[in-house]
Amino acid sequence: MGLTRRRFLRGVATTAAGAVLGGRARRARAAPAPLKIGLLLPYSNVYAVLGESITDGLSLVFERAGWTVAGRRVELIKEDDEVNPQVGLRKAKKLIESDGVDFLVGPVSSGVLAAIRDTVHQARQILIVANAGNDEISRDRCSRYIFRASFSNWQPNAPMGSWVAAHVAKEAYLVAPKYAAGFDMMRAFKETFVAAGGKVVGEDYTPFPVNEDFAPFLTKINQAAPKVVYAFFSGSQAVRFVRQYDEFGLRARSKLCGAGFLTESDVLPAQGQSALGIITGHFYSTLLDNPANKAFVRAFRAKYARTPDGFAVQGYDSAQVIAHGLTATGGDTRDKDRLLEALRGVEFDSPRGRFRFDPRTQNVIQPFIYVREVREVDGELANVVVDRIANVRDPGTGCTLPG
Amino acid sequence: MAQALNGLEYGMLLFLLSVGLTLIFGMLGVVNLAHGSFYALGAYAGIAVAVFTGSFWLALCVAPLVVAGVGAAIERSCLRPLYARGPNAQVLLTFGFIYVFDDLLRWLWGSHVRSVAPPAALAGVVALGPGRFPVYRIFVILFGLAVALLLWLALERTRLGAIVRAGVWDAEMAAGLGVNVARVFTAVFAAGAGLAALAGVVAVPIQAAYPGMGVEILVRTLIVVVIGGLGSLEGSLAGSLILGQAETFGKAWLPDSSMFIIYGVMAAVLLLRPTGLFGRALR
Repeated sequence: MGLTRRRFLRGVATTAAGAVLGGRARRARAAPAPLKIGLLLPYSNVYAVLGESITDGLSLVFERAGWTVAGRRVELIKEDDEVNPQVGLRKAKKLIESDGVDFLVGPVSSGVLAAIRDTVHQARQILIVANAGNDEISRDRCSRYIFRASFSNWQPNAPMGSWVAAHVAKEAYLVAPKYAAGFDMMRAFKETFVAAGGKVVGEDYTPFPVNEDFAPFLTKINQAAPKVVYAFFSGSQAVRFVRQYDEFGLRARSKLCGAGFLTESDVLPAQGQSALGIITGHFYSTLLDNPANKAFVRAFRAKYARTPDGFAVQGYDSAQVIAHGLTATGGDTRDKDRLLEALRGVEFDSPRGRFRFDPRTQNVIQPFIYVREVREVDGELANVVVDRIANVRDPGTGCTLPG
Repeated sequence: MAQALNGLEYGMLLFLLSVGLTLIFGMLGVVNLAHGSFYALGAYAGIAVAVFTGSFWLALCVAPLVVAGVGAAIERSCLRPLYARGPNAQVLLTFGFIYVFDDLLRWLWGSHVRSVAPPAALAGVVALGPGRFPVYRIFVILFGLAVALLLWLALERTRLGAIVRAGVWDAEMAAGLGVNVARVFTAVFAAGAGLAALAGVVAVPIQAAYPGMGVEILVRTLIVVVIGGLGSLEGSLAGSLILGQAETFGKAWLPDSSMFIIYGVMAAVLLLRPTGLFGRALR
């Protein structure tokens, strides 16, 4: 049996493969510890969709980087907070204490963030807030360990207050779920709406997180017949509210406006035609015309076969904050002060525009708050930008970070 | 007035849900915690049929039958071996099914919210004095009443109904009289599951379908059954109507304590009539 060319080549290939694999295995032993990222997000209940969107956006960044950042392999540990503060706190403790995560990312609900804030702060655990917007986290309960890559509840709503008063009507009925985010958002809206001469004719806070039916509230709105209804709902409640609002025939009578979450791309398909004409304020729209957004939308659609929403952008940006911060420290997470400093200085092109933190609050400065109207674009519902307000930063009243 | 209609409509939806639960308990002695999952399964199956065929009415017929089949399969394969082991094993089993169905639905349909519009014939609103009321919700009220009437006729006026009632009163005695109790058990469980699915389909145009919907509604359903009395059709209807009104008016007038009102009603009923409005003492 002679040494044929094929046999020879096979031998060479095997040897080479062995060398490469052996080399990789040796290198792996010397490799730095994996970068552990704990995702504390809702994967069930009213905000399940939001948790999924954030996770998808975040995964997109790490996948593009081959799941390695600054030489460290990225490991995601997911925990379902069930939109429940007690569960969230328990899971946060688990991620911090037993898993020893380098970064905590989440949560969605303001209630959960309020519950875990002190634990995170005392444990000196770096938390990248990927959604929850409670104003207090940029104000009197701010922490040098907490960065917010999403928004503060004040940010989309305060600009909307003056905009609605100037462009829609000066008489509004407010409705939002009865928890921290609902109160924050309505307060921010009222602040500027009333200052611009607007009058609040009614205000309702609906049960949260469980509320199947908005009929009692819609009946009250029907009787009050306001010119504008300003609402905040998100996830499955946004679908129900918008659908039932239309069902009760309110669409023809009172203009529905609100915080952008009311008509994000995660809920628009289920809302259908009921959503047409709703005007909302948000830091993002899928239709934004900038290279970062175009690349993001293309990549997201290719991977998940659906249109990304603002929540996916928050996940995407949270991952970019981590990636940029870690690259700046050369992959080191042990020196906390150095890492914190690097994170504070992070700046990059996000789908929403140039991303940077406000050094006074460590909350993102929104490049723009876009006023968007739901219209049909190419046979699909979308949030079309009709106006924008630049550089919206939370007032940060009461936050004592050095900045 | 408008709020009373809201309460009535919500109550009817609760009735469709709770009547299956209460019948299953009455006959089989099983507190079926997976009842909410049948509701969710019905909603998703209904959407699938409605989207595929374009007909809401077809969805309203097909989805409950499918879910009834699933219910029958579960009763025969999983519940039947446990009857001898007492209620704890059954509660644990049906509790486990909540998670099985939750993951199954998520796997099949993802976690995105889904909905379908009400059929064109039922779209729009009707003027009601100063206010307006959606036509679809009037349909829900009438549909609920019709189901209640049909169930009552079936239970009170047919042979099968007599067998079921006998089984509710005393399963052993019924078996002694030559009733194939095992088969009746399966039928009742399937019917209960089908009714939950029916509620799910009816609810979709109003409430949409999303992960966790079954668990959210389960608590309300259990409260209805407790108020009305376990195992009683009339109790289920009365409990649903009471809870529907209590929750609607609670939300409208005292939004800060609407949850308290629901549980308050339940506590009051339990104090005055520990077996519920139409219940009877447990053996």
